[in-house]
Amino acid sequence: MIDKIRTADRRRVSLLTSVGDRFRALPKWQRGLALLALVAFLYYLPLLGIPGLTWLRTDSIAGGNNWAGVLFVCAIYVLVAIGLNVVVGLAGLLDLGYIGFFAIGAYSVALFGSVNSPVVKWIQREFDLPETWAVTWAICLFIAIVLTLISGVLLGWPTLRLRGDYLAIVTLGFGEIIRIVARNSNGLTNGPQGISAIPGPEGPPSAENQVFGLIDAKPWYWLAITAVLLMVFAVRRLEHSRVGRAWLAVREDEDAAAVMGVYPFKFKLWAFAIGAALGGLSGFLFASRNAFIDPTQFNVNLSILFVAMVVVGGSGNMVGVSLGAVLLAYLPERFREIADYRWLAFGLAMVLVMILRPQGLIPSRRRTRELKDRAAEAEEAPAHV
Amino acid sequence: MNFDELFGHLGQHTVDGLSKGAIYALIALGYTLVYGVLRLINFAHSEVFMVGTFAVLGVWTAFGVENNPPAGQAILFLVLGLIAAAVASGGTALAIERIAYRPLRRKNAPPLIFLITAIGLSLVLVEVFGLLLPDVAGGALPSLFGRARQIVGMPTIINQETLFQIGGTSITNIQVIVFVSAVVMMALLDWFINRTRYGRGVRAVAQNPETAALMGVNQERVIMLIFVLGGIMAGAAALLWSMRFGFTQNSIGFVLGLKAFTAAVLGGIGNLRGALVGGLFLGIVEVYGATLFASNWEDVIAFVVLIVVLMFRPTGLLGESLGRARA
Repeated sequence: MIDKIRTADRRRVSLLTSVGDRFRALPKWQRGLALLALVAFLYYLPLLGIPGLTWLRTDSIAGGNNWAGVLFVCAIYVLVAIGLNVVVGLAGLLDLGYIGFFAIGAYSVALFGSVNSPVVKWIQREFDLPETWAVTWAICLFIAIVLTLISGVLLGWPTLRLRGDYLAIVTLGFGEIIRIVARNSNGLTNGPQGISAIPGPEGPPSAENQVFGLIDAKPWYWLAITAVLLMVFAVRRLEHSRVGRAWLAVREDEDAAAVMGVYPFKFKLWAFAIGAALGGLSGFLFASRNAFIDPTQFNVNLSILFVAMVVVGGSGNMVGVSLGAVLLAYLPERFREIADYRWLAFGLAMVLVMILRPQGLIPSRRRTRELKDRAAEAEEAPAHV
Repeated sequence: MNFDELFGHLGQHTVDGLSKGAIYALIALGYTLVYGVLRLINFAHSEVFMVGTFAVLGVWTAFGVENNPPAGQAILFLVLGLIAAAVASGGTALAIERIAYRPLRRKNAPPLIFLITAIGLSLVLVEVFGLLLPDVAGGALPSLFGRARQIVGMPTIINQETLFQIGGTSITNIQVIVFVSAVVMMALLDWFINRTRYGRGVRAVAQNPETAALMGVNQERVIMLIFVLGGIMAGAAALLWSMRFGFTQNSIGFVLGLKAFTAAVLGGIGNLRGALVGGLFLGIVEVYGATLFASNWEDVIAFVVLIVVLMFRPTGLLGESLGRARA
């Protein structure tokens, strides 16, 4: 049985690689056209009405959620996966507290953009501003990214010198601390009551908003997918730059990288900060769309879900992690029967993928080779643990 | 900052902290043993503890234990609970090793992969107990595939009474039982590792796996042994927890496990006596901190302690190493 699965899996992977190779061999204009078609399809998705594909829509089942809304969540998760992929996949740092950065991003738009937040109220009092005054959405975006960058550096500075598994536990603690602080600081974050009236691009949520309203999620999805495409492009450029090569070198052998003149700490900190900023951006978009956040939305379980998306999809490969994110966000929505067992399924998926194919569903070539190397070393020296 | 309350009842808070820390210390042993030999963090160990509490619950329910049984019966139930918890926890720990770690060890996987597998397995265990075993106490049989992630209460075996008072500090019978039994369990383990043939094998593998293998130590058996030992200690902790707090839930392992891990690191991971020191220290710090600030900051204190220790003294108070002659 297991052998059969393994053979099928191997066939699937060789098919994937051959498709990939063929795609890379195409002339440039054809590749560009294919990508353009893909992007157009992504923008068309919320309107999906192609006969034969409509069963994909989550509102095709009884009591299913709004299709565009689900797509928006998928896009947010893809954004998270891309950010976490920089940390876990490229730099090889296991960050279990990614939800902390997500929460900081979400809380920055809530605290500075909503008229109901204690911070805005304090500023209004101090500077004699009208009661409707709040920081504009676009400036909140800037604040969110800066704050998460800073918190990434602040967390990374002392902890990145630790060994990999210690780092994982410390970041887990960080994620939990952020949630507890948000829950306990009534004067800053409204505590468990949460913050409402979080603005969107058109200002605070109201019936007059033409595009980014509470009901229609399509514009929100288009906004999120635009952010995703921009970030995919940016991370791709980063990955193929000097910084990206340094990350891979540090991940595969820190000492060797240091000997070759790559200062590991510096590049790890970069990865951490960039990953944090991307997490902040996704939290920011999430909070704007939701218009309301409270501390229970940033549970540590979500952090583990994020890691699961990356490692199940194939850490280091952006297509892989995006697939992982879409699968984990979409499947429980479409197949409601499994919604109750989804955490069980995520856990099982993590264990099985790590044992059977640690490189993930759509592996990155480099990572596969690295793992194969280690397995070969183990066979040469069987006594070594 | 409530300094008056803290210094006014310093003795009371210390006693509370010690009895809390004793449970942390017992769980911390599991992390320390595995880390000492395999150099990896057994993230799923918190679930070993959780399974133990459910085993205690199951046995007590099966025997129809009611609140405040007579003394003779109470002791019998405690012993039965201990056996059930030790078997269940030890078995779970062994199963975790078999399912999650052995295949990876064969492949010489990087440490982070071990951690991810352990996290996945811990999620699976939490969910299995949340979904499959709801309400064992209420219904006679576990109602399969019901939905229960809520707290399940347990009968009170020993009524909490004040045993004696020293200068305004009252010490209850349960606190004494928890503390003494934790220390006894740990002394037994310490004796086992330092004085017996099997323990010598464990120390040998911790020091140098290759040489130990050449000297005829069966490495696989040592690894199984440490997982079982860690599981038994977690089982004992589960019994003490059930006796003292009287409830369980499928998700209790997470925070408790993190705190026990903090205790292990604080004392010096891989160091058995360090686990005791770290556990007691963390318990006291937590109670002091909760008194100084407010009780809803309690969990933050443990994490802050962890971060501070890792930053300034990553080898812990007593230094790490199971292999060194006396540790």
